[in-house]
Amino acid sequence: MRILLVGNPNVGKSALFSRLTGLNVIVSNYSGTTVEYKKGKTLVNGAEAELIDVPGVYSLSATSKAEKVATEMLKEGDVIINVVDATNLERNLYLTLQLLEKNIPVIVALNFWDETKHKGISIDTKKLEEMLGVPVIPIVAVTAEGVKRLVESIPRARKHREKRTDRERWIRIGEIIENVQRISPKKHSLIQTLEDLTIKPLTGIPIAIGIVILVFVLIRFIGEGLINYLLNPLFDLYLPLMQRLSQLLGEGFLHDILIGQLINGRVDFLQSMGLLTTGLFVPIAMVLPYVLAFYLVLGILEDSGYLPRLGILIDAVTHKIGLHGLAIIPLLLGAGCNVPGVLGTRILESKTQRFIVVTILSIAVPCMAQTAMIYGLLGGYGLRGLGPVFLTLIIVAVLLSFALSKIIGGEAPETFIEVTPYRLPRMRFLLRKLWWRTRSFIGEAVPYMLLGVIIINVLYTSKIIDVLGRFASPVISGVFGLPKEAVVSLLIGFLRKDVAVGMLIPLKLTLKQLIIASVVLTMYFPCIATFVVIFKEMGLKDTVKAFLIMVFSTFIVGGILNLIL
Amino acid sequence: MTTLEELKDREEAVIIAVNGGAMFLRRMSSLNLREGKTVRKITSQPLRGPVIVEIDGRRYAIGKGMARKIVVRRVQE
Repeated sequence: MRILLVGNPNVGKSALFSRLTGLNVIVSNYSGTTVEYKKGKTLVNGAEAELIDVPGVYSLSATSKAEKVATEMLKEGDVIINVVDATNLERNLYLTLQLLEKNIPVIVALNFWDETKHKGISIDTKKLEEMLGVPVIPIVAVTAEGVKRLVESIPRARKHREKRTDRERWIRIGEIIENVQRISPKKHSLIQTLEDLTIKPLTGIPIAIGIVILVFVLIRFIGEGLINYLLNPLFDLYLPLMQRLSQLLGEGFLHDILIGQLINGRVDFLQSMGLLTTGLFVPIAMVLPYVLAFYLVLGILEDSGYLPRLGILIDAVTHKIGLHGLAIIPLLLGAGCNVPGVLGTRILESKTQRFIVVTILSIAVPCMAQTAMIYGLLGGYGLRGLGPVFLTLIIVAVLLSFALSKIIGGEAPETFIEVTPYRLPRMRFLLRKLWWRTRSFIGEAVPYMLLGVIIINVLYTSKIIDVLGRFASPVISGVFGLPKEAVVSLLIGFLRKDVAVGMLIPLKLTLKQLIIASVVLTMYFPCIATFVVIFKEMGLKDTVKAFLIMVFSTFIVGGILNLIL
Repeated sequence: MTTLEELKDREEAVIIAVNGGAMFLRRMSSLNLREGKTVRKITSQPLRGPVIVEIDGRRYAIGKGMARKIVVRRVQE
């Protein structure tokens, strides 16, 4: 049996999905978190069934790509669980009525049942069941209330094949609402005041700026705290062990791979470039703390429901450079890791918008791992070091967006964003999401890092590096003004950006060179993982286009920086 | 009669007509933005940014161009 979860955006389908399957899926409080459908297995009265989390749609009228996809997917379902937002029944019923026209058994899950009470909404579920002709089960997906009953009721799902026009649907919904729903007016609540303050420009814009600053401060505070009080002390204990191992191993290939090069006769976690030294220190002690901090803060922003508001407040500005306000969401995700950023562009409807945002992401948005390393490299210089790097990247992003939207045409489509209601983030979901994202960082970063370290050692011991350096020096030294040894860093940058930035440390670059190298490393290529995702999402033609733009803009920007700094 | 774009903050109005192509109409309809619904304008963003409206307690940000296509009649207080 194949069960489909269908409903409007942001009604809790993913929360229900993860309840039913035990699988980890990202649950957030904004429309369009689930950008691709997810499959899982669940038990329905003892029998195994396949469950599919269909991306949220308002209707099956095929007015958007998501709606076309959802309509297609319905053909393969045996039962539909229609997840309905009980606090917004009227609008949600439109999709319900359309589903009832599809000749597939439907059961309605009335989610956010707990919130109806606070909002003064009372719904007569018996009557609703009668009028729809299918079972209606009130649930609270995040606490699992009613979920067991929902599953037990799946066999009672009924199919209909009544046909209605758009007008007739709304007339029917009018009758249903009239009979089943009572709303008692509620006083202006604290949360409504917050809603108003954060969306009205006069107060909303200063609050948005405050929140963005707070985000940076928090990430830095948490990241540095973890480094200074937890990870550095841990690695201080680890250092003598490595020192001992180094003596035990003596000189030779194994030493080079595991420990790396000794700096002034000692193991140096930043410069030794061995598997057990730099290969562990960089991802765990330099990058992980910031990744963790970033995802914690992002999770709170996502789950509270603030993100769409940020998109709305910035929408007028982004439209001036050819972008939809919601582009802020994939760009923000990309600041964590470009891979989910690229996937997140599915929230944007038009193909050109997606292309522009994907290109900006891969060129001008360093992932958190890279940002952490750039911070480690240039943080000591303060604003003098970090300012030029990030200012350059911002200017590049703005110019790229502007130029691309002018060239490939198509103004950003008109804004339509549902302002999802504020909700208090649930600790359980927040921590699970944080754990899941962090684990996937470790799972990807550590193996790539180790591979990178091995490649570096092979390149050095086989002297291939000298050949490559000579070959690349016209560009690296001529255009960018970097020493030819920086070629290793650029090579490793294809694999992972954090190691690549780390490779600059032993080169003893000047401030100017560090700035140029950081910018060039960000721009010339996203890491290989991102590139593969871009290819899968956008196809060969767009990937090649994006790649050419990367190379071209890196030359220009790197060259200009070399001239003006 | 006026349009959603021109409503003042906090003003309530009833939707009289939604102008535009069939696709736009269908899309607006599925969002419950249709003839006869009461809407309340919350605010509009500067620099020709989107208009924020409330329908049945739910808020939406709608681009200026779209808001102009939605004809409304003010509800007198």
